[in-house]
Amino acid sequence: MDWGALHTILGGVNKHSTSIGKIWLTVLFIFRIMILVVAAERVWGDEQDDFVCNTLQPGCKNVCYDHFFPISHIRLWALQLIFVSTPALLVAMHVAYRRHEKKRQFRKGDQKCEYKDIEEIRKQRFRIEGSLWWTYTSSIFFRLVFEAVFMYAFYFMYDGFRMPRLMKCNAWPCPNTVDCFVSRPTEKTVFTIFMIAVSSICILLNVAELCYLLTKFFLRRSKKAGNPKHHPNHENKEETKQNEMNELISDSCQNTVIGFSS
Amino acid sequence: MSWGFLRDLLSGVNKYSTGIGRIWVAVVFIFRLLVYVAAAENIWKYEHDEFECNIKQPGCENVCFDHFFPVSHIRLWALQLIMVSTPSLLVVFHVAYRENQEKHHNQKLYKSPGEIDGGLLCTYLISLILKTGFEIVFLVLFYKLYNGFKVPHLVKCDIRPCPNTVDCYISKPTEKMIFLYFLVGTSCLCIVLNLIELSYLIFKYSIKCYLERYTKKCQ
Repeated sequence: MDWGALHTILGGVNKHSTSIGKIWLTVLFIFRIMILVVAAERVWGDEQDDFVCNTLQPGCKNVCYDHFFPISHIRLWALQLIFVSTPALLVAMHVAYRRHEKKRQFRKGDQKCEYKDIEEIRKQRFRIEGSLWWTYTSSIFFRLVFEAVFMYAFYFMYDGFRMPRLMKCNAWPCPNTVDCFVSRPTEKTVFTIFMIAVSSICILLNVAELCYLLTKFFLRRSKKAGNPKHHPNHENKEETKQNEMNELISDSCQNTVIGFSS
Repeated sequence: MSWGFLRDLLSGVNKYSTGIGRIWVAVVFIFRLLVYVAAAENIWKYEHDEFECNIKQPGCENVCFDHFFPVSHIRLWALQLIMVSTPSLLVVFHVAYRENQEKHHNQKLYKSPGEIDGGLLCTYLISLILKTGFEIVFLVLFYKLYNGFKVPHLVKCDIRPCPNTVDCYISKPTEKMIFLYFLVGTSCLCIVLNLIELSYLIFKYSIKCYLERYTKKCQ
């Protein structure tokens, strides 16, 4: 069980996301999770071992370390990534629920059901409209809230995003004000700024996606209001074509071959 | 053999769960298992090395650490995750038994895989009760072993061979406390989900039974 499992879970949601959502997911996995696992964890790996205080008093180092780092940067990022990925589960659950309902209709032999077999229901990509639109929009909203909360918590806890070289500590049992030296402060500052920058990019992507969804919603409403007798089949054909193109672009090679052969 | 096995086990059970059961699986995977592997394990990794006592007497640190941490928080956490996921095995075994019977008798014994009824319902309810029981037992164990969920900065120790009462300092107490509270929070959430699912299933099937009896009476 590791970040790979999260990748599998979120990969399933990818199919039903907008293009901006897919970019967000890519940024999340490559520039945040991968950087965290491959690089950042090594930088913070020896953080307490190499945190050195200019005193021989036993216990002073432990107490000073705990005072300056109530929760380590690396753990805060891990929690942030987990919380930020979780709202996508709401969408996954909604899609699973819809699929379950369609399967139930299909099994009952409902004539309204237009699927030929269960495999088609499993592979179908749902459009983001109706209740799924609300679920999707709420998930983006929660993502934004979590990102903002964690960035603020970070800024608040560490008084900015710089890692100082030297910290002065006089917590008991340190006998007086003692100099404590942080290990790899420059490297940690670089990674902190990098992670904050990528968080900001993710926030911007989420805001853009939210605006796009709201714009689409209002346009659709004004179209419906303006053209009540608009032919549904024509609209469906164009959007189905777009959906199919998105599917071909984002799915694996095997699916592309199947698409061509069918 | 690692946490991947647990993940596969829980994914298998997901098919036969109710909606609330699936939410429970998601909470266990993401907020408990993933947090444990990705974050919590590393906090407790060097807990013994970083546990420091204000004394040079050999053996004093070892004895004091053992006295204050008979079982480490992180090991209890891992045990809790394993025990809480295991009752789902009952459901897996029952389903495997059913499928075996279906093959043997060459007929479908039950309507559909989504519907839980009869014997499978009893097994499912028992697994829910066991899961809730294990969660509560481990929370009580945590509370009793460590006198609450706080991790102190300093503990005073006077066990032999320590020559007198010695100050011992625990590493990263604040971080450990934050994650312990996180563990308690997610455990309580899982208990609530289990209780809701239990009530929902009992209520649903009582109504079903009652309606069946009522229609039989009318006929």
